[in-house]
Amino acid sequence: MSLFRFFEWLGNTAWSVAFHESRYVFLLVLMIHVLTLSVFVGTALMIDLRLLGKTMTHVPVSQVVTRLMPWTEAGFVVMVVTGALLFYAAPVARYENIFFRFKMAALAMAAVNMWLFRRNVYRRVAEWDFDAVPPRRVRMVGAVSLLLLALIITAGRMMAYQDYWFG
Amino acid sequence: MSLLEFCRWLQYSAPLHAMRESPIFFPIVATIHLMGLALIGGAVLVVDLRLLGVALQNQPVAGLAHDAERWLFRGLVVMVTTGILLFMCFATKYYYLTFFWVKMAALIAVIVFTRSVHRRVALAKDGDVSPIRRKVVALVSMFLWTTVAIGGRYIGFP
Repeated sequence: MSLFRFFEWLGNTAWSVAFHESRYVFLLVLMIHVLTLSVFVGTALMIDLRLLGKTMTHVPVSQVVTRLMPWTEAGFVVMVVTGALLFYAAPVARYENIFFRFKMAALAMAAVNMWLFRRNVYRRVAEWDFDAVPPRRVRMVGAVSLLLLALIITAGRMMAYQDYWFG
Repeated sequence: MSLLEFCRWLQYSAPLHAMRESPIFFPIVATIHLMGLALIGGAVLVVDLRLLGVALQNQPVAGLAHDAERWLFRGLVVMVTTGILLFMCFATKYYYLTFFWVKMAALIAVIVFTRSVHRRVALAKDGDVSPIRRKVVALVSMFLWTTVAIGGRYIGFP
């Protein structure tokens, strides 16, 4: 079964139709998804700004990462759950949305960036933990992360305009 | 000129007509507005979660608050600038939405609160303010910001 056929089937399940057609539940989930952006992206970007040496420079990087990351992760879980529900409400429309694909691609790149940070750069945090402005490769990770977060927000917002622009 | 007339004038003046008719102006400004939301969210959460005692516990609040203040201000500049542009595109629609006025009231309240009570508590030396007072201040701040955010999302609904 192709992905398209699968999403077509998924979109015809009773719960998907009910969710799609519900007035308030859908908007409520959408609101939670949009507003949790302030928690997920908000805390992630404060960590990135620390990696760039732009804020909390007197706080060790490891402190900022270990103490804020749980909030980023909690925000991320809410984003994924509500995002999955929004996808479930209209699987074919989301799948065919070019901005949705951009968003997923940017999200995957952000995951790779995060993985590289954990596997590689962050392992030697002890060497630059107290630096007000961390070394170049650390700043690169922060800058790339900020860029990808901006792309994710942009693509997410533009999803609403696909039909209007290209329809 | 009444407020409604002013809104009408804003919305139907020539440059605003062009802005509203442009297929990309509103989406782009709305996107930047969302980025501002993330920036304000981050700057507010760092301080308020610390005041609540659930993040960065071993750092003095005052230092964090001092650092975050700058980013909060930048976030506000982004938000207010893009917010005014968004408002101008559909001024008369927002004029009639109760939630728009709730949002504006909450926004003014939270700015005043942040500049006065919140700032005094956040910049105080650790130990000078009781933990209860800190938590109440953080909760009030988060409640008001959430009201602004919900109002913002709500007025965008069809």
